Amino acid sequence: MTVAFDAIVIGGGPNGLVAAAALGRAGVRVALVERASQLGGQARVEAFAPGFSAPGDDGDSGWVPPTVVRGLGLGGLARHDPDPCVTVPIASGAWLTLWADPTRTAAAIARHAPADAARWPEFVRRVHRLAGFLARLYQGPPPDVDATGPGELGRLLRLGVALRRLGRDDMVALLRTLPMSVRELVEDAFEYEPLRAAVAAGGVRDLRQGPRSGGTGFVLLHYLVGAPAGAVRGRGRWRAGPDAFVAAVAAEAARRGVTIRSAVAARRILVRDDAVVGVMLADGTELAAPRVVSCVDPAHTLLDLLDPVWLDPEVLHAVRQIKFRGCTATVRYGMQRLPDAGADAEMLRGVVSCTPTLDGLERAADAAKYGAVAERPHVEITVPTLTWPALAPDGQHVAIARAQYAPYTLREGAWDHARREALGDAVTAVVDEALPGFSSRVVHREVLTPRDLADRYGLTEGARSHGELTLDQILFMRPISGWAHHALPVRGLYLGGAGAHPGPGIPGGAGWLAARRLLRDRRAGRYTLTTERS
Amino acid sequence: MLNLTPFHPRTAPLVRAQTWRRWAGHQVASAYDPHPDREYAAIRAAVALIDISPLHKYHIHGPDAVRLLDRMVTRDVTRCAIGQVLYTPWCDAAGKIIDDGTVARLDTDSFRLTSAEPTLRWLAMNAVGLDVTVEDVSRPIAALALQGPLARAVLAAASPGDWTALRYFRLLHTRVGDIPVTVSRTGYTGDLGYEIWVDAARAVPLWDALMAAGAPYGITPCGIWALDLARIEAGLIMLDVDYYSAHRAPIAAQMSSPFELGLGWAVSDAKGPFNGRQALRVERRRGPEWDFVGLRVQWESLEALYAEHELPPQLPIIPWRGSVPVYRDGHQVGYATSGGWSPLLKQYLALAHLRAPHGRPGMPVRFEVTVEHVRRQADAVVHPLPFFDPERKRA
Repeated sequence: MTVAFDAIVIGGGPNGLVAAAALGRAGVRVALVERASQLGGQARVEAFAPGFSAPGDDGDSGWVPPTVVRGLGLGGLARHDPDPCVTVPIASGAWLTLWADPTRTAAAIARHAPADAARWPEFVRRVHRLAGFLARLYQGPPPDVDATGPGELGRLLRLGVALRRLGRDDMVALLRTLPMSVRELVEDAFEYEPLRAAVAAGGVRDLRQGPRSGGTGFVLLHYLVGAPAGAVRGRGRWRAGPDAFVAAVAAEAARRGVTIRSAVAARRILVRDDAVVGVMLADGTELAAPRVVSCVDPAHTLLDLLDPVWLDPEVLHAVRQIKFRGCTATVRYGMQRLPDAGADAEMLRGVVSCTPTLDGLERAADAAKYGAVAERPHVEITVPTLTWPALAPDGQHVAIARAQYAPYTLREGAWDHARREALGDAVTAVVDEALPGFSSRVVHREVLTPRDLADRYGLTEGARSHGELTLDQILFMRPISGWAHHALPVRGLYLGGAGAHPGPGIPGGAGWLAARRLLRDRRAGRYTLTTERS
Repeated sequence: MLNLTPFHPRTAPLVRAQTWRRWAGHQVASAYDPHPDREYAAIRAAVALIDISPLHKYHIHGPDAVRLLDRMVTRDVTRCAIGQVLYTPWCDAAGKIIDDGTVARLDTDSFRLTSAEPTLRWLAMNAVGLDVTVEDVSRPIAALALQGPLARAVLAAASPGDWTALRYFRLLHTRVGDIPVTVSRTGYTGDLGYEIWVDAARAVPLWDALMAAGAPYGITPCGIWALDLARIEAGLIMLDVDYYSAHRAPIAAQMSSPFELGLGWAVSDAKGPFNGRQALRVERRRGPEWDFVGLRVQWESLEALYAEHELPPQLPIIPWRGSVPVYRDGHQVGYATSGGWSPLLKQYLALAHLRAPHGRPGMPVRFEVTVEHVRRQADAVVHPLPFFDPERKRA
């Protein structure tokens, strides 16, 4: 059976839903295909034990670009700002907490390192100014280095002007920070090791590298885009629930007449004569459409869903070279009671980053280079039930640990039950050190290795990022150089997932830009299929 | 140190003037005699035996072998019958030629590809996502070309059977004595001829068997000079001489499309997706910017240029490779890339790239010759390729 649409969106995560809603608003007849029975992708809420649920990731709202909020009328979505942002243990029963308010944070730091405390407010202001420049870059297509057209050159010029407007010092700081290692960045600014580690951990999120690697300065800034002024970690949580954004966009999509097919995976993107003609689903149904926006990752899109014969071998080669290297495991805990943080219980409202030294972060990364799991992984723990009590039975809690580094591909052996549980034990042991007595309150535990994430969310190599956020895989090189403007090398095929610019942690960012590109091509009459001779 | 071919023990003693050359990393004979006349004559009048082992050869097998080759080359491999051989170029995404060679279908899911350049990486890049195995068999497989009007008689003497049944661009598996061989009716001379593919370990006995069977027919080991002249007469292109691989050329202007090399016939318009299809469709519609043509340099004109110096015309008895400007109405309209004196046609022939409107057959052009250190121009006429196309080639 064949059903005809103007466009098909593959993947019902935040990007897919935004793309579908944006197209629906423009009057395009859209079908959205999601392989899970529930929409939301990594943002969907699922039960992991009787009575206990968790969002697919840590519940961070990410940064929804203002263009998307305006474009889809999502202004009513309210967010809790992260406060505190991040806490590191400094001794048994003692912690350093960084708050959203720089003065309060400076006071906390001052107890250990007065000089650092003095520098803190300016450091925070500066990283936010730099992240603000990225925010600008992230709301349009990536700057085109090969640009020759007046429109594109004008955009480059405006970016250049914006860069100049940062002022000399900030411009230099930006150009210096992007390729820098986050270790050098924090060593430059601070002397107190736990403070350095607390900040630096934000620069290795979902990377395989540690804080000594180049480009981790950029990662720190990337995940600060959209964070409230003063915050050095986290963009906040949706008030209405971890999946509030997804629910709102899904509702908007439904209002705009988007047909949603869930619980069925896309099996093949159908191509005829170098142009997309539809999508075949796992149940054999064919949805006909001259345009497809894939919001699954670029490797899955181009190597699995597409017949490789439609792609230039050079493109295939480049796609195969994309680094995914999923290294983050997630452990979900069902807790009888809140972990005991004594008088500092408030810190559980933010991220507890369990590694108080830069070397500790680096060592956690070392093993992954050689295909092994870190003996002492870097763990960051959050307690989403402090925001959303409904995720657990009354009075009980959910804690989510993000653990690095646990590589998708192990040099010896493969992920199995024993290795998964051993990783879970290692993570629990780390959390126990940071929050003494933590494990005694755990009643359920679910460990998701990158292998499990790959299976559950359809992520290549279990990479939540849809492609590691390394300097060679951002902006006009995301997903691959030459194809970063959301259109892919098959006519009518677009990439709107986190594997496209602007990347992960920006719900709807790529989906919105892909939809815009599609609509522009459609208006220009480009890529319109001529009717086949019958 | 260059590699030696499996036939080296037999060829080496025959290269009396040490006229060796390099071919794909191998040491091969330019000519066995100091001069290629006798060897050339064997190709056109008797039978020549040519060591073509340096060719790059790949065995491609598996369920997606057809899909791999079909997505890579410009001809329709899905229509290649078992036992059939296709000559084909292959292109990059811009429709510029990377290399040319033959695709031989050995079985349903088994092919042999020959190429001038190493092609393993490109094959692997094209094989992404396909269920196919590619093996480099360049070294394990040796090959001899048996070319000339008496080639069939020699083959029949070496391996009795009805060789007239083996049609042009077909192959069969048989034995020469007790040596298993694959014989394809293919070649690089434009004459009646065969190429014989053999396990490198049996190469020397095969050489001996063919030389013995061919003795009554005047079989003559033949080097690259004579082969080069024959292929010019046959209008067959050579990589790095008449064109540059799109993978090697540093600038786009040095790259050529199949249409620009007279290979438009080898670009399928009907087959499924393949590298360069979109670009080639556009070019087919628009017409190529360059024509690849033959030039006949006019004897009288050449004679007159040399006569000014009281010399007889100096003729390239050993074919040349290079770049010779071609003019029309005082403007350069192209360049010739190989040429030589054809003893058979009694003409100075060249292969040339001419800008599209100037390549029409019969077009008078001027061809640069250096006479007594001075650049002069001789009259030449555009001639359709091939120059020489005997019926026996296909019959």
